[in-house]
Amino acid sequence: MNRENSGYTIIYASIMVVIVALGLAFTHQALNERQTANVNTDKMQQILRSLNIDASAAEAQTKYDELVKNAYLINSDGTKIEGSEGTTPDDPAFSTELDDEDAAGLPVYEAEIDGSMKYILPMDGAGLWGPIWGYLAVEADGSTIFGAEFDHQGETPGLGAEIATPSFKKQFIGKELIKEGTFKSVAVVKPGQTTSDRDYVDGISGGTITSKGVDAMLLNSVGDYMDFLMNLNAAN
Amino acid sequence: MALSNKTKAALLGPLNKNNPVIVQVLGICSALAVTSKLEPSLVMAVAVTVVLALANVIISMLRKTIPNRIRIIVQLVVIAALVTIVSEVLKAYAYDVNKQLSVFVGLIVTNCILMGRLEAFALGNGPWPSFLDGIGNGLGYGWILVVVGFFRELLGSGELLGYRVIPQFMYDAGYANNGLMMLAPMALLLVAVIIWVHRARNRELYEETN
Repeated sequence: MNRENSGYTIIYASIMVVIVALGLAFTHQALNERQTANVNTDKMQQILRSLNIDASAAEAQTKYDELVKNAYLINSDGTKIEGSEGTTPDDPAFSTELDDEDAAGLPVYEAEIDGSMKYILPMDGAGLWGPIWGYLAVEADGSTIFGAEFDHQGETPGLGAEIATPSFKKQFIGKELIKEGTFKSVAVVKPGQTTSDRDYVDGISGGTITSKGVDAMLLNSVGDYMDFLMNLNAAN
Repeated sequence: MALSNKTKAALLGPLNKNNPVIVQVLGICSALAVTSKLEPSLVMAVAVTVVLALANVIISMLRKTIPNRIRIIVQLVVIAALVTIVSEVLKAYAYDVNKQLSVFVGLIVTNCILMGRLEAFALGNGPWPSFLDGIGNGLGYGWILVVVGFFRELLGSGELLGYRVIPQFMYDAGYANNGLMMLAPMALLLVAVIIWVHRARNRELYEETN
């Protein structure tokens, strides 16, 4: 058989592509269920970490069911959308992605820890190499941060990726989003610098752009919840 | 199974005198990117070894049928398919590790060692020697990664595999982590040091000077 014949080459390439496509489609289908379960478990772990609870993948579901009492979507003016309540992965709050343009509203999770209510807000933004995201748990006063969780897709290990470490996240505990009746967010500054009008935490040395990304995410993503937080703040 | 000299060379050569990283200077890009911590270095080493061995076997089995004009495309499709499968399997069974490596697993496709071995070895040899060649080159690449990752994590973060190994009293006494170790240029310098030591011990690698 002549291997340099054009017809042979075209047929060879076509058959190869079809076989590879079938193989990959089959692999994806076969593993899809497990992967989705992993993604959901991972999301529950992140929500729990924003409550300062480090749950293993095996116990994440139980812990989540135990602590997260309610979840729903809110309008941009901070009011709850009726009929959007539910905490399972199939309910709107869990399945709504922040970057979805057609989303009906913004997800909020309510958790109860030691008898007091915490509100968990998802965030998303951009780091240096790709997306960053996180969850912010806020006390019932709508201002004090109870805990923060950050993660990233591909920030530089040892530099930007440090935003996902406990030592970075712990800095946020107790900071206040609302100062003198207006929403100010929390700034991420270069280590050693300060801000005068709002609370701040130290950024990552050598991870300046990722730190700025976290700063912008706290301002914009949490800013979308401004009315919701102000309502909470006014009610307390 | 007894190995002939040729197959032994295919397996063991890349670990030392024919090392893909420090002698052929291939795969430097990923050696810089993933080695700031030890764990990703280890997983990357395993992933590259698996993909390289399987790709070598598949290409070697197909070598008599592949049209010469599209052989690079065929090699790329095989590598890309294997990398995608490895990535999917990691997502299903080792979700946390996959999250750490996300971009780098995909970047195995662009690792020059893979195309290099397929072109240079698998296209001209049978499946069994090709398999050994893949394992040998994967490990030859891997051990450099692990050595570089070991020193970068130890000196850059004072940890190994995420566990603190430099005791607190050292920091109290004024010791500080070397932040430079976290940056890619230090990986290049570490690879250079390994090359230096390696060549000093292997006279036959010296170039003629006159």
